[in-house]
Amino acid sequence: MSPSPLRNSAYAPAPGHRFNIGDRVRVKTMNPPGHRRTPYYIRGKEGVVERICGAFPNPEELAYGFDGLPEKILYRVRFLQHQVWPAYQGAMKDIIEIEIYEHWLEPA
Amino acid sequence: MKKTSFDIHAPGNAHHDHHDHVHDHDHDEHAPVNEHDNGPPNDYEIMSRAMQELLEEKGYIKPGQIAKRMEEFDEQFPFRGAQVVARAWVDPAFKARLLADGRAACLELGTILEAERLIAVENTPDVHNVIVCTLCSCYPRSLLGMPPSWYKSRNYRSRVVFEPRAVLKEFGTALAEDVTIRVHDSNADMRYLVIPMRPHGTEGWSEEKLSQILSRDTLVGVTVPSITNH
Repeated sequence: MSPSPLRNSAYAPAPGHRFNIGDRVRVKTMNPPGHRRTPYYIRGKEGVVERICGAFPNPEELAYGFDGLPEKILYRVRFLQHQVWPAYQGAMKDIIEIEIYEHWLEPA
Repeated sequence: MKKTSFDIHAPGNAHHDHHDHVHDHDHDEHAPVNEHDNGPPNDYEIMSRAMQELLEEKGYIKPGQIAKRMEEFDEQFPFRGAQVVARAWVDPAFKARLLADGRAACLELGTILEAERLIAVENTPDVHNVIVCTLCSCYPRSLLGMPPSWYKSRNYRSRVVFEPRAVLKEFGTALAEDVTIRVHDSNADMRYLVIPMRPHGTEGWSEEKLSQILSRDTLVGVTVPSITNH
């Protein structure tokens, strides 16, 4: 059984969002220096947009005292664990969900 | 001051006395954190005190404001998550609203989440949810108080994303093999709260009584509520 339907719930307005719920996306493989909210383990992995959380000041700019504008769209992306970790020992359907900003995502 | 070890609970520990457990929420049972117990204050304590005094002197904060805030963290915030979930257990319409928008639902109970946006996730017979912040220690503080040291430990943060079933087992939580584990990395702007399954045998319980079996650990998803000893 599916863990939960993909939720159509926006927590803050997300004007002009590029991806929709259910879209397949890939986290960009890039290694910019500095404060980044995209953990290394998820870079390069493919998942599905689970929900759109809204637009928020960019934390990668806020970290350095800038205003974080323009705001970035934040998504909740769902990944299959065994696709994230080649050595994953758990069930095939186990999942991990994580928040990814739009500028870290590309269509898969 | 903070332990970084994986001070995990012994199996079944979380079920002993939920009142005490919740009260102990922010305190590490093994490492006294009272700054006055161990000689003179350290550099960070002096800096913190100096900053407080400066802020007071400049009129940005009132004397006592920080102490009051710390008291809230100790005495109010740790109980709010359990109150919210107990309400969700007795009121399906509220639960639906909590799942749709956690922040708005909490506000209905007079619980103000301040800057936090909340995603509530529900355990079912098929799916078990567990929360982690792999990057630091993001945590729904206004619902659960300060995060416990194990939540901030490198051990928990690195392992629960990769081998959640093994980590849950160390907390005394054995899940059936066919249950899907859904790990939530709380890595950016959202905060997460697990709505556990309501145990059999709690039919007719008051919200107050239900909230007593909703320990912090059940709301992070590392344990499940039990009515042992109740």
